[in-house]
Amino acid sequence: MTNLDNLYREIIMEHYKNPRNKGLLDDPRYTKIRIKNPSCGDDITVQTLVEKGIIKDCRQEATGCSISVASASVLTEIMINKPVDEAIRLAENFLNMVSNKEYDETLDLEEAEVFGGVKQFPARIKCASIAWVAFKDTLGKE
Amino acid sequence: MNKKIISDFPQIKNDYIYFDTAATSLKPKAVIEAVNMYNEILSANIHRGMYFNSVKTTELYEEARSVVAKFINAKEDEIVFTRGTTSSINLVAYSYGLVNLKPGDEIIVSEQEHHSQFLPWQNVAKKTGAKLRFVELNSEGKITIEMFKKVLNDKTKVVALNYVSNVLGYINDIKEIAQLTHQKNAIIVVDAAQAIQHIKVDVVDLDVDFLAFSGHKMLGPTGVGILYGKSRHLDILEPMEFGGDMNEDVEKTESTWKKSPLKFEAGTMPIAEVIGLKEAITYLENLGLENIHSYSMNLYQYLQNEISKIEGITVYNPNSDTGILTYNIDSVPAHDAITYYAEKNIALRSGQHCAKLIHDFLNIHSSLRVTVYFYNTKEEIDRFIEVTKEAIKYFKSVGF
Repeated sequence: MTNLDNLYREIIMEHYKNPRNKGLLDDPRYTKIRIKNPSCGDDITVQTLVEKGIIKDCRQEATGCSISVASASVLTEIMINKPVDEAIRLAENFLNMVSNKEYDETLDLEEAEVFGGVKQFPARIKCASIAWVAFKDTLGKE
Repeated sequence: MNKKIISDFPQIKNDYIYFDTAATSLKPKAVIEAVNMYNEILSANIHRGMYFNSVKTTELYEEARSVVAKFINAKEDEIVFTRGTTSSINLVAYSYGLVNLKPGDEIIVSEQEHHSQFLPWQNVAKKTGAKLRFVELNSEGKITIEMFKKVLNDKTKVVALNYVSNVLGYINDIKEIAQLTHQKNAIIVVDAAQAIQHIKVDVVDLDVDFLAFSGHKMLGPTGVGILYGKSRHLDILEPMEFGGDMNEDVEKTESTWKKSPLKFEAGTMPIAEVIGLKEAITYLENLGLENIHSYSMNLYQYLQNEISKIEGITVYNPNSDTGILTYNIDSVPAHDAITYYAEKNIALRSGQHCAKLIHDFLNIHSSLRVTVYFYNTKEEIDRFIEVTKEAIKYFKSVGF
């Protein structure tokens, strides 16, 4: 099962079982976006707190498959303390990577690089993308 | 069933296993050839041209209507061609529901409904102020007559239920439900998308007001569906779509429509698909729905029996009435599990199958669904069971 092993990497499974920054805050300073994928049942909410152009906090609440849950968790870890413009660049780069489009391999996606295997599974691109799309939306970027 | 049948379906090849008939059925050669014949040879419009190919096309199109009518024991003018079940139900919801319902009226639906039946009526309820009432399902997720009676009352104006659930595969007692519905002077709109390919549907015996189904789930092409309606309803319903071919007289201030069903068929219809659908019905009739159903049920029993021996599987409908079996691998989200099957060239469905409410009822986010049909085999089920066991092992090994 070499192919599937590219998807179910240890880091992904670890995040799936122990999702980081989980649980939303009832704080009006945060911007919150929820995206549901009605075809599969994924339900992902991402919350960000931006202060002086820096992402001070990023939280998530995700139910769904391992890829969507782990991807939300990895996202929050990477984004905290990043400047907004850099965060958007990273998110766009990540989305291009998983959907098998051209992307900047020199940009450091840190742990999120383990999702590189998703591009071999076109049916799972959406799973990996949802949290990152929601994240971009919280920053007001389409 | 035999090898000859399998060779009628060019999509079945090598070790590809197709277990997703509830989403769309495979298409036999006869259907493909009929569609190709129209495109290659005729390629003319209907009801318009005076030349040979147009006249011939019109003949074939109307012949298909007559075949559909006979298939469900209806009259030809009670058969409206649409884009599919969704369009058929929306037509009733718009042309009947929005016009006739008012605040205080009630529409009976259930958590079993596919979104194509539920959402049009939810929309009608919102727009008219009518109230949606849900038949409470029993512990197995079935609709019982007792529970139906509890929501039926003098305010009921529309009963909108499925004949066969696309997730649980249960056959609902539509005949009894229709009888009770009519005692309250309400109408019944039946989603038969998952029934039409499995059991004999007789609209006179059932005595339903409207019944909808799709061509592509019954061996036919995509893009064509049917709305059956009793003449007395269709005659007075206003069309939902206006345009070419549906009109009689057009004036600057006022226009008139053709008689039903043509007043509902505006614009150029999916002609090739209608012609293909006729072949699909002929194919089903030649095999015999009873044979198809008993063969599918034998396969289902075998599948149900084998899968229930595997530890770590939850089956949600061990008493399905059709070839639909819905399950999950414990602690593995359906979308993860499905990827394993896909890698092994087995096509089944994961997700909510356009029926979220039944997943809420079952208290799950998503599920896996297998549909077995007459072109499937016991050997395919054996392979599926083997792969399911491997999948459980694999997912355990990576930490699920």
